[in-house]
Amino acid sequence: MFDIEKIRNDFPMLKQTMQNHPLIYFDNGATTLKPNQVIDAEMEYYKSYTANAHRGDYDIAYKVDTEYESARKKIAKFINAGDNEVVFTSGTSMGLNMIAHGLAYSYLHEGDIILISEAEHASNVLPWFKAAEIAKAKIEYIPLDEKGRVTLENLKKVITPRCKVVALAHISNVLGYEIDVINFSKIIHENGGLFVLDGAQSVPHKKVDVKLLDVDFLVFSGHKMLGPTGIGAMYGKYDLLLKLDPLMTGGGMNTTFDMCGHIGYQYPPLKFEAGTQNIAGAIGFGAAIDYLNNIGMDIIEKREAELKEYAINKMKDLDNIIIYNSDSTSSIITFNFKDVFAQDGATLLNSKGIAVRSGLHCAKILVDFLKTDATIRASLYFYNTKEEIDYFVEQLKKGEDFLDAYFI
Amino acid sequence: MPILFNEMMMREIIMDHYSHPRNRREGDETYKTIYMDSESCVDKIYVQAKIENDVLKDVCWHGVGCAISTASTSIMTELLKNKTTKEAEYIIDNYFKMIREEPYDSECLDEAIVFMNTSKQAGRIKCATIGFRGMDEILKGDKNG
Ligand SMILES: Cc1ncc(COP(=O)(O)O)c(C=O)c1O
Repeated sequence: MFDIEKIRNDFPMLKQTMQNHPLIYFDNGATTLKPNQVIDAEMEYYKSYTANAHRGDYDIAYKVDTEYESARKKIAKFINAGDNEVVFTSGTSMGLNMIAHGLAYSYLHEGDIILISEAEHASNVLPWFKAAEIAKAKIEYIPLDEKGRVTLENLKKVITPRCKVVALAHISNVLGYEIDVINFSKIIHENGGLFVLDGAQSVPHKKVDVKLLDVDFLVFSGHKMLGPTGIGAMYGKYDLLLKLDPLMTGGGMNTTFDMCGHIGYQYPPLKFEAGTQNIAGAIGFGAAIDYLNNIGMDIIEKREAELKEYAINKMKDLDNIIIYNSDSTSSIITFNFKDVFAQDGATLLNSKGIAVRSGLHCAKILVDFLKTDATIRASLYFYNTKEEIDYFVEQLKKGEDFLDAYFI
Repeated sequence: MPILFNEMMMREIIMDHYSHPRNRREGDETYKTIYMDSESCVDKIYVQAKIENDVLKDVCWHGVGCAISTASTSIMTELLKNKTTKEAEYIIDNYFKMIREEPYDSECLDEAIVFMNTSKQAGRIKCATIGFRGMDEILKGDKNG
């Protein structure tokens, strides 16, 4: 049963105020709020069983290993991966950097093509520029369709057997459009490429099954799914992880080494976890997975779809609001007040206690498709409510008075 | 100049400078130019000044920004034009003091005092100071160079 009252009680942040209004947090695409269960799990490690992982011979150290590895198992099960296919990272950005660097050193060759789209997050663009530089490979782009979406048709138009890596967001952080991963996988694999999926905006919101989707790599961030900051996961098919060059080297990831340069690495996933890891974060991430599982990802997805539809229907009735992505299925709503600069609109909402984000998000999309300098993004999560949306919509009507924010 | 704008006037001044920004144009290569942007907000602005014998002969700007950054930069250009660099530094310093809610000389700020409430929206402090910070850097650079 989805008991919204009980759920909201678990989140201390939902009891906060901002500008003397109860906080309405609609910036879940940036990061989500944390339930007590996650905060407590992390704190418990600090209070009652602090020790390093994989390093000790005493009981407490053993408990740390057990909890750390148990968090890994939970994450693996959550995405239907093997336990040894999940590597802890600091987040999506680190995961993408590890894959890009690893492939640049161990897989990409001069003249190979790395295919991304025109709508990727900077974290799924810049590491590939680096990889291209290292391996003398080339970056090419899947063009967007008229709505700013990455489509199968456009993938087919540009993919060739020289595209050794295709890296795409499962759900775009700008417009919230979702790609048809299963069919993308098929086409990419038919061309002999590897498929790297950026799950930062999808894994928190719906069931993502790496076997079903048949992706080669999947990366996501704990903090966007109730978990602590500074922790994330990288999934890779085991045989690929065996071959992937580790970006980070150091303690904990080697088995032996000598002064002549003979090095033995650990097997994955430890091969990629050099140095003391974010142990508390990993344990908190595990607790976040438990929390999501307790509700159920299907229920979460359904609830968010309902909230999104409810919000869009109400916002559509407002003459002063432009919505850029009413048909996208995720809970990201990209909009502007007519004739009000995005930042001023977001500030007005701040003055009413509503957290949304204004920004450029992706210059290409803004200029070519939305024809505006910046947009406001409201991104919902399952703990948001229709009452919050009602209040939000009431405030949207006051766009003209955006200077009120400075005269309260 | 006596400065006691009421709220209504303050709003009108901001809206007027936002809708009709002053000195929004590009100066030629004789101008010192600085580009101001930030990861955390959308504003991207070029501030330009033509300095002769320690006098700001002309101050102009171009770029995109929100109402607060546009209006504050517009007001800044009017305020600093034809001032000596010393006077300009004094005005900029007092503007920053006002924004930080420290004691300041309101007289020298003229219309710029309409931004006295910016700290109510802390996220917009960057916007209300972007043009002034740009000029500050130009003046500092001028001193060093
Ligand atoms: C699609 C997408 N990819 C990557 C990232 C980067 O995630 P992180 O900042 O957690 O590394 C984000 C976060 O905003 C995102 O939305």
